[in-house]
Amino acid sequence: MIGLAHYLVLSALLFAIGLIGIMTRRNVLMILLCIEIMFNAANLAFVAFAKAWGNLDGQVVVFFIITVAAAEVTVGLAIAILLARQLKTLNVDEVSFLKW
Amino acid sequence: MAENICFFAFAGLTLLAACTVVFARQPLYSVLSLLVVMFSLAALFVMLGAYLVAALQVLLYAGAVLVLFLFVMMLLNLEPEALARMRLFTLRGAGLVVGLAIALLLIAIVRRGGLAGTWQAAEGTVESLGTVLLRYYVLPFELTSFLILAAIIGAVSLAKIKHH
Repeated sequence: MIGLAHYLVLSALLFAIGLIGIMTRRNVLMILLCIEIMFNAANLAFVAFAKAWGNLDGQVVVFFIITVAAAEVTVGLAIAILLARQLKTLNVDEVSFLKW
Repeated sequence: MAENICFFAFAGLTLLAACTVVFARQPLYSVLSLLVVMFSLAALFVMLGAYLVAALQVLLYAGAVLVLFLFVMMLLNLEPEALARMRLFTLRGAGLVVGLAIALLLIAIVRRGGLAGTWQAAEGTVESLGTVLLRYYVLPFELTSFLILAAIIGAVSLAKIKHH
C-alpha cells in the first residue's frame, strides 16, 4: 500500500536532485530549471499532505506556488536575456560585479 | 496492486527525468526532460486526488513555463558547450555530497516521523478547490494578480533596456 511516506521520500529525492543541479551547473538557464524541480518537489509534498489530512488547503498552496513560480520564471528569463545581450555570457561565475 | 505499479512507474520516471535534467549535456534535452518530470508529476497528482492541480500543472508548467524556456534558449542560440560546462571537479563533488546528505536527512526525518497514516478523502475538483479558494483565500488570490502584474511590468521594462 502506497502511503504518505512514499510520496515524501520521492519529494525529498526530487528536492535533492534539484539542489545538486543548482550547485553543479553554472548556467543561469540550467539553474532556473533546477529551481523548477525544487518547486515541484515542494508541490508534491503539499499535495500528499493535503490528502493525508483530508483538507484542500495544501492544494490551494500549490496553486499559489505555481503562480509564483511562473512570475519568477518570467523575470528570471528576462534577466537571462539581458545578461546574454549586455555581458555576452550566461555563466553565473562571470557575473559577479555586484559582489563587491 | 495497480496503484503500486502506477506509483513506482511514475516515481521512477520522475526521478530518471530529473537526473537527466541535471546531468544532460544538451540544454534542450534538459528542458524536454523537465517536461517528462511535469507530466509524470501530474499523473501522481491525479493519483492523490488533486485533479485541478494536475490540470494546472500540465497547462501552466508544461504549456507556458517550459515553452518560455524553449523560446529563450532558441532565441539566445547558445553553443551546447557553453551551456554544458560544469563547475570544477571539487565543486561538483561537493554538490553531490551536499545533495546526497540533504536527501538522506530528509528521508531520515520522514522515517522518524512515522507518517504511515491512512489516506483521507480530499478530492481536489474545480468546484471544491474553487470554494476553498474563494471562501478562505480571497485576499492571497487577489494579491496573486498584483504579483503577476508586477512580473509583467518587470519583464517588459527589463526587455526595453537598450543594449550597447
